[in-house]
Amino acid sequence: MDAYQTYEYDVIVIGAGGAGLRAAIEANRQGVRVALVCKSLLGKAHTVMAEGGMAAAMGNVWKEDNWQVHFRDTMRGGKLLNNWRMAELHAKESPARVLELEEWGALFDRTKDGLISQRDFGGHRYARLAHVGDRTGLELIRTLQQRAVALGIDVYMECNLQRLIKDGDRVCGAVGYWRATGELVAFKCKAVILSTGGVGKAWKFTSNSWECTGDGIALALDAGAEAIDMECIQFHPTGMVSPPSVRGILVTEGVRGDGGTLKNSEGARFMFNYIPEFFKGETADNEQEADAWYADKKNRRTPDLLPRDEVARAINSEVKAGRGSPHGGVFLDIASRRPADYIRKRLPSMYHQFKELAGVDITKEAMEVGPTCHYLNGGIRVEADSTATRVAGLFAAGEVAGGLHGANRLGGNSLSDLVVFGRRAGLYAAEYVKGLKGPGPLDGGQVETAVRTLLSPFASKGTENPYAIHADLQECMQSLVGIIRTEGELRKALEEIAVLRQRLARVKVEGGRAFNPAWHLALDLHSMLTVSEAVTLGALERKESRGGHTRDDYPFADDRYGTVNMVIRRKGEALAVAQEPIPPRRDDLKTLLQEKK
Amino acid sequence: MAPANVTMRVWRGDAKGGAFKDFQVPAAEGMVVLDVIHTLQATQAPDLACRWNCKAGKCGSCSAEINGKPRLMCMTRMDIFQRGETVTVSPIKTFPLVRDLVTDVSYNYEKAKEIPAFTPGPKEPDGTRRMWQEDVERSQEFRKCIECFLCQDVCHVIRDHPENKTQFAGPRFLMRIAELEMHPLDVNDRLELARARAGLGFCNITKCCTEVCPEHIHITDNALIPLKERVVTEDYDPLVWLARKLSRSK
Repeated sequence: MDAYQTYEYDVIVIGAGGAGLRAAIEANRQGVRVALVCKSLLGKAHTVMAEGGMAAAMGNVWKEDNWQVHFRDTMRGGKLLNNWRMAELHAKESPARVLELEEWGALFDRTKDGLISQRDFGGHRYARLAHVGDRTGLELIRTLQQRAVALGIDVYMECNLQRLIKDGDRVCGAVGYWRATGELVAFKCKAVILSTGGVGKAWKFTSNSWECTGDGIALALDAGAEAIDMECIQFHPTGMVSPPSVRGILVTEGVRGDGGTLKNSEGARFMFNYIPEFFKGETADNEQEADAWYADKKNRRTPDLLPRDEVARAINSEVKAGRGSPHGGVFLDIASRRPADYIRKRLPSMYHQFKELAGVDITKEAMEVGPTCHYLNGGIRVEADSTATRVAGLFAAGEVAGGLHGANRLGGNSLSDLVVFGRRAGLYAAEYVKGLKGPGPLDGGQVETAVRTLLSPFASKGTENPYAIHADLQECMQSLVGIIRTEGELRKALEEIAVLRQRLARVKVEGGRAFNPAWHLALDLHSMLTVSEAVTLGALERKESRGGHTRDDYPFADDRYGTVNMVIRRKGEALAVAQEPIPPRRDDLKTLLQEKK
Repeated sequence: MAPANVTMRVWRGDAKGGAFKDFQVPAAEGMVVLDVIHTLQATQAPDLACRWNCKAGKCGSCSAEINGKPRLMCMTRMDIFQRGETVTVSPIKTFPLVRDLVTDVSYNYEKAKEIPAFTPGPKEPDGTRRMWQEDVERSQEFRKCIECFLCQDVCHVIRDHPENKTQFAGPRFLMRIAELEMHPLDVNDRLELARARAGLGFCNITKCCTEVCPEHIHITDNALIPLKERVVTEDYDPLVWLARKLSRSK
């Protein structure tokens, strides 16, 4: 068998975005030996692309804000499918996590009183997002990266871990490869934290980066853990649509938070026509009140800032009705509503992005925008307090974990999710390993099987090209498992995914093992196909429309599905889906949800 | 737009050797250099090595030299070149080659470790941290840095003299020192580090770093020159040095 290096730690963290960095920092603080392993260079993870801000009820701008209101907004935004305990912990702990970043050197924008400023975002009753212009994710990842460096945490960059190794029922290691050399590597450990982020690269139009191939979901399912509500994929309403080569790149919700409005080809602010019953009480039904809301929260919120699932569906409907923009989106106009200086100051990277990639000056003309695959609302099933999966020694935090966001995540709740549950993962993984003796032995047979699988694309006698398989998968998920779904199309998608899996078994990689992107892609396709199948199975089983899951054949939310998670497990070669009740809510939290306005 | 071809000349090879290779790729509306590289991978050169993550100018992974100029491949539109012009893409020169367009940038991660961490002073009596927008903006400009390392690549102190790498941190990390020095809360003193170990004196403010910065940070004017001024003031005036020390440790 091919030789491989072996490293030994108490805890390994796979993925170095916000959640992984925060987990490693916490494990280090708890005094256990921790390694942070990431498939890109440090500081390049998808977190870097987060723009608008980080939601935390600090009450710096609106004193009326508190964790109870944040909890309520998160649950309602998630169409009540959320894990209530996660939503409670998140709302309570976010402010402390923001302030902690400041202690580590983060420089957020300020209020007039010198405190951390907070901005408006969709679904949040009060201006709640701590931010740095429109590059908050960069500030978060850089601050955590610099903190991890200061603590001397061991970081293994461009190291892609592809298989988990188990000792009986518990996780005891992982096997992967170095991208630069193609050499193999094994980690021996007592616990693994998965913080690998999202899955957007399975779709054609996505805001997600190269890394978002769902590796953690596949690792977890393959190791015997469960995923929930995978069908609830968030399509962000505003991605760029033109020119074709940049289609999908994110346009921050901050544009609407700072006063921008959506218009159709007739110049109408169409969102007033799409206010669902569920949000009527808190949403302005006329332009005057909507515009007044920015300055005075006694008014009801503008429908431009309804939760993302509502806005994405509305844009989809406008385009279908023939009222779209020239390139198949709608218009997002801030130019006519705010002064040029204000726009450049509040939204510098949007200004830059449109100027350089589309030749559009957003201080002078409207942007063209449309929905783009953005976020995995579901994910690995975890215990709310500890982030533990059902597999001993396996934890998950950040986008890869499910539950907090229910059927639809509110903007700004992702960055706070990363640090709240990243910290908890590090804390509880450390606690778990302290109760164990040494790391279990790495079973030679499992390692050998993993190594053989990783190297198989070189030895293959097939002729399939990994880039072609990826392109076909993206086409399939975009057209058959997109924003609006039907039973027939979902069944067709399952058939296509099965064919793609057969093609992947015949994939052939040319060239050597040193930094070979065709090989990297061939291996990541296993994760993308697993995720795609899980999403499609969940989407077939959930015969209703809720949050990030819309069925044309079941267009309304159905109470029978409002209290169940779609749970995905691996059964041999295949995946299986089952409906299981969500945890019952505590009475005091129920009261918070019922409270009107 | 009629589908025309573009001619790309791309470096292929590793530390042992290599050569430029020419490719013809169909042009598409609005495409950037990274799109062309992706097309090449999918159709003609599956093992062509390049780093990329976000394809939106936010992560700083896809740095290369395009027609000799350090740039991000994802933010370089093909329509800035003349029709029919051959577009040459080579790896950034200052760092050791791994393969094709990928280089070993570990120098930068090592330099980052040498800078003492952010160290805040005491909180306000009411337990808060208060800073004013105009004060945070100075360091915020430097925190826009996406660590593409193009400024490091272009800096002649290490580009033409690799032997200087041991004694010179490069514009990116001198700017990081300036950022911490100007941070309203930080009480650490890194001026001696900037002068001695990070090699600030090597910089003769030719502004090459500022010119290539994709984030348009004024590296030279706002970070390096003020840092030089602070170092000089302390070096020549022990009273200033002492006064600063005292005011910081308050």
